Amino acid sequence: MMQPMQDLLVSLPLVRAELLLAGFALVGVLIGAWGGDRVFGLLSALGVAALAGAGLWAVIDAPVAPAQIFQGAMVIDGLGVFAKALIGFSAAAALALGADHFARDKDPRFEFPIMLALAALGMFVMVSAQDLISLYVGVELQSLCAYVLAAWRRDDALSSEAGLKYFVLSAIASGLLLFGASFVYGFTGSIHFDAIASAAAEGGGVGLLFGLVLMLCALAFKMSAAPFHMWTPDVYEGAPTPVTAFFAAAPKVAAVVLMARVLYEPFAGFEPQWRQVVVALSAISMVWGSVGALMQTNLKRLMAYSSIGNMGFVLMGLASGVAEGPASALIYLAFYLPANIGIFALILAMRRNGVPGETVEDLAGMARSRPWMAGLLTVLLFSIAGIPPFAGFIGKFLVFRAAIDAGLIWLAVLGGVAAVVAAGYYLRLLSSVWFSAPAPRFDPASFPIAAVATAATALVFPILVLTLGSLQSWAEAAVRMSF
Amino acid sequence: MAISLTHYLIVAAALFTIGVFGIFVNRKNVIIILMSIELVLLAVNINLVAFSAYLQNIEGQIFAMLVLTVAAAEAAVGLAILVTYFRNRGGIAVEDINQMRG
Repeated sequence: MMQPMQDLLVSLPLVRAELLLAGFALVGVLIGAWGGDRVFGLLSALGVAALAGAGLWAVIDAPVAPAQIFQGAMVIDGLGVFAKALIGFSAAAALALGADHFARDKDPRFEFPIMLALAALGMFVMVSAQDLISLYVGVELQSLCAYVLAAWRRDDALSSEAGLKYFVLSAIASGLLLFGASFVYGFTGSIHFDAIASAAAEGGGVGLLFGLVLMLCALAFKMSAAPFHMWTPDVYEGAPTPVTAFFAAAPKVAAVVLMARVLYEPFAGFEPQWRQVVVALSAISMVWGSVGALMQTNLKRLMAYSSIGNMGFVLMGLASGVAEGPASALIYLAFYLPANIGIFALILAMRRNGVPGETVEDLAGMARSRPWMAGLLTVLLFSIAGIPPFAGFIGKFLVFRAAIDAGLIWLAVLGGVAAVVAAGYYLRLLSSVWFSAPAPRFDPASFPIAAVATAATALVFPILVLTLGSLQSWAEAAVRMSF
Repeated sequence: MAISLTHYLIVAAALFTIGVFGIFVNRKNVIIILMSIELVLLAVNINLVAFSAYLQNIEGQIFAMLVLTVAAAEAAVGLAILVTYFRNRGGIAVEDINQMRG
């Protein structure tokens, strides 16, 4: 092991993306302390630049071989870089939506971009965690910011209830994560993933397995996989819509990649044991996500069930073994994210005389009053439902193929049924958009909303699917480098 | 009788269980939930320190220090959210936290 000082000097240049986010948060607090809420717009613009810049910088600095940094506490590798790009750009899009939303609601508070940047920083730590401490600290930094963001509207009963529920349930999950981590540490004698892996290879016994299962339950909670999803609909409904857009995108990537790391790095030798757990989580999430959404009338609640179901498909990829599984899960996420953020951008555009609407009835007849929005929403919903030729179909196809190659045929069949049921409720939204009698016209969409929705639609549109080959080889190379 | 690792683990498991039960069984007051969360985190700390002493390995104690720090931050955030909730609803009874359902 290197000397501490030398190690620090080697490590710091490799975490420039993280330093950028931390630097933005610290400087942003200072600017806000002097400028007050007048600097909300400026800080938001800087925040969008910092988040997108951090994502881009992670890609530019991508190493050719995994680099262990900070005495083995973190690693910079392909998997982390892929995840940081997704997290950085989706958080930047959510911040752009939020800046516009809160400015129009006359509720600009300068802490918003700072909290988002700190949450993204926590996720960056999560996806590059290489020991149990950085895993825990990353998860908590992300979660603490997320509680505050969920309760962002201090004067709104629903928002503070969402924050309180999220806090209490997530604190239990953190407790489970820690209790599991303490057993993993106790039965392997180390907190480092590689030392845990070599101890696990010799067979860790029941204690280690107990620790692993507890940690998996906690991570399933953070990615809102059923049966640990009970917080999701309430938090999604109560939180302000741009915050919901953020919750549905970036934290999911972080939790999925962290789970992939835990499964395939320290516990690769336990694959037969954990596969049963992951398959069960996947099956329950897919079924519950599709069935639960059928009765919803609130669009944010409906998107919560949609995200539960989609996490089921991602978990199907993770369960499918190292050859194809994690790469297919990454590609699935890469296509799920833009569709999701685009849909939330359009939900944010549903204002009448400044009053936001968020129910299915508000969509009625949108095709006649706002044809461009209706067209975008149609493409995005087709993509998230997995209808060819849109990008979401490719993601579903890849996870199904991975599952079938891994011999999980019944899981793939169940996933197919769940996808058809889920397509039912997406089509219900579209029938409201295209065939219902028009409700009053929406206010014109602001530039950030229109830009985010159009860009998201372009990303899932079939023409860009032609670039899929390079995305797929990037994801596969990332997974090969890491595991 | 010497106190062995197993005794520490049993105490920690008991505290953990009391904490989790305190969160789920309690129907009265959110403050009690916050106390239960602290209990859960302290149970984990006993586990970590006991393993650390048993293994003659310092990492567990470092982990325990970080858990203490984060627990303090978590309590601060939790209480802040609780204050906004109280201002909106005028009470913190657990059975009233039910405006959203389904």
